Amino acid sequence: MTPAAVVALPAAPADTLVPLVDLTLVRRHLLAGFIWLLTSMFAGLLVSLQFLGHYPIDFVEIFSPGRVRMVHTNLVAFGFLLNSMAGVAYWIVPRLTGLRLPWPRVARFNFWLMQLMDVLLIGLLLGGQAQAVEWGETPVILDPLVALVAVIFFLNIGACMFKIGRRPVYVTLWYFSAATIWTALTYLMGNYLPQFFVPGAAGGAIAGLYIHDLVGLFVTPLGWGAMYFFVPLLLKRPIYSHALSLIGFWGLAFFYPLQGVHHFLWSPIPMYAQYGAVVSTIAVEIVVATVIVNFFLTLRGQMDQLRTSLPLRWFYTGMILYFTTCLQCSIQVLLSVQKIIHFSDWVVGHAHLVMFGVFGFWLFGIMIHLWPKLTGRPWWSEKLNAWHYWLSTAGLVTMFLDLLVAGVMQGFLWRDLAPWEASVIASVPFWAVRTVAGMTIAAGQVCLAWNMWKSRGARAHAPMVPYFTPVDATRSGASPT
Amino acid sequence: MERVRAILLLAGVFFFALSFALMGVLPMVTLSDLPTQTLAEVAPVVQESFVDLQERWPAAFDKAFGEVSLESYHAALRRGREIYIGEGCWHCHSQFVRPVSNEGLRFGPVSIAEEYQNEMQMPVLFGTRRVGPDLTREGGKRPNDWHAAHFFDPPSVVPSSVMPRYPWLFEPVVGGVLPTPPNRDGLSLIAYVQWLGKWPRPDVEAPVAESP
Repeated sequence: MTPAAVVALPAAPADTLVPLVDLTLVRRHLLAGFIWLLTSMFAGLLVSLQFLGHYPIDFVEIFSPGRVRMVHTNLVAFGFLLNSMAGVAYWIVPRLTGLRLPWPRVARFNFWLMQLMDVLLIGLLLGGQAQAVEWGETPVILDPLVALVAVIFFLNIGACMFKIGRRPVYVTLWYFSAATIWTALTYLMGNYLPQFFVPGAAGGAIAGLYIHDLVGLFVTPLGWGAMYFFVPLLLKRPIYSHALSLIGFWGLAFFYPLQGVHHFLWSPIPMYAQYGAVVSTIAVEIVVATVIVNFFLTLRGQMDQLRTSLPLRWFYTGMILYFTTCLQCSIQVLLSVQKIIHFSDWVVGHAHLVMFGVFGFWLFGIMIHLWPKLTGRPWWSEKLNAWHYWLSTAGLVTMFLDLLVAGVMQGFLWRDLAPWEASVIASVPFWAVRTVAGMTIAAGQVCLAWNMWKSRGARAHAPMVPYFTPVDATRSGASPT
Repeated sequence: MERVRAILLLAGVFFFALSFALMGVLPMVTLSDLPTQTLAEVAPVVQESFVDLQERWPAAFDKAFGEVSLESYHAALRRGREIYIGEGCWHCHSQFVRPVSNEGLRFGPVSIAEEYQNEMQMPVLFGTRRVGPDLTREGGKRPNDWHAAHFFDPPSVVPSSVMPRYPWLFEPVVGGVLPTPPNRDGLSLIAYVQWLGKWPRPDVEAPVAESP
């Protein structure tokens, strides 16, 4: 697969040809996303210390662990993922459509708006202004700004895709184009309906849809879209099966939105909704299997690349963890399993596995691949990048397994009517391991950050030749010669 | 199936709308015969615990609410709920008792949909994680001064507790004299927690039966 309809020209005259991709914009978004990830991790580590009785600043109102926890989760969604995914989309979409962003200045402005939104988000959450929608704690007064930032981003890439017209487009754009609408609808549904219009259990059903749709209809399609773009590019061979790609996309599109209520099983939400959520959750596991098979068959005969290419190693590690997540999901969603593991640390482990282990890992792979292209400088140290990979992976897998076991233990202690304190006391060793695992992950990120910093001074390799596209005559008034 | 417009329409709009109809609107319709209650309906009388707050800390109470009245009680409940949300209490304490895993024995009567159909559950405070116990039936289980001490320094009453302290819910310490009385936010949060589960239940004749 090669990007279509682009012209590679060295040293193009500035007045007739402009770069297809705004490298500065992509670089800024990826960097901002990474900085928010570091901030979020720091917040998460802090909160984990509370569980060990060593939270250092619990006497400061604005740094109360309950508030910092919301900063941790919200920055993952609206700081790290939104920024990084925007950067990735701004890189991919112009290449696949052959069209520049229709509103490049708006996109540049939107970058700063997004950072302003994140700063306000932190300030308001620490100020105690949260909204009681899980993973949508973005305060009510900030909701319009979050929606605006997301809509501007999606309009910019959406317009590129929409201009393609009736021609079939590549898999990546299926996911990206659907995500534009899904994200906006999901955010508005989750942040406004339970708050102002739908009380009680039905509102709970919608809040459940929101939590899950934010994963399934915003992060997941952008993540898989990026994988369909980068994996064939790095392997230099097409995706194994177009049919499997189709099944994967349409299966996800149909089943994913139906699952949200599985966050509140055994609740007062009508049982038919709960049964439906269970069935569609198991169904999506089958769909996911087709996608995974498709990618691993693409790799056939090229397994050695996982050793030699760090980005590919990140991608395929993420995919294995994605399969693990979904397999786990299809088991934990069963009503009988829910009796034990709901409300426990099992779920926390599951969330870290999917958000960091899958989408975080994919974005790291993309970062390793793109950063030298964006800055024109090679990585200062390959070794540090390898440390980043191994520390992140070891930390995450440890955290996941640790919380998995802790969750099962807590669930049985609760069911067996042990005193509540017993479940807390028994959990402390697991929480200690969780903190150590978190520190391991953080150490990995420090390696990457240090490497990025040192790469600034690295000897520039031959400047990257960007793809150029003729200036659009209708927009600029210039006539290309 | 591979064209942007088809994807936008079928996947983006139609499948989303379908899921919203099946998983969002249908439960709404199912529950629509339950009237949405106001705070006045779910808190029709002033709880004894609120009177106790006034008797225990008269100066602080007077400064915060003035008199004990249904009006000041409702104001306290609303503010208490805001604190409960803003401090993220609902991330470690759930508000629904499930019909499984002996939760009826541990916490009290199993939650039913009627209990959530009111403005105090907008958005609903189900919660998804229990580091601490469920709070649906917390009201009246423990005295006010237990809650005050617990909010000020949880390990002082539950040694193994990992709950954070909330000293800003109390009057500032002057001259090192402890304990200081709860301030307006502290009193409100205690009133809110003491109200949980004390609302009228349509399936149970008042008062709510205590489980072993």
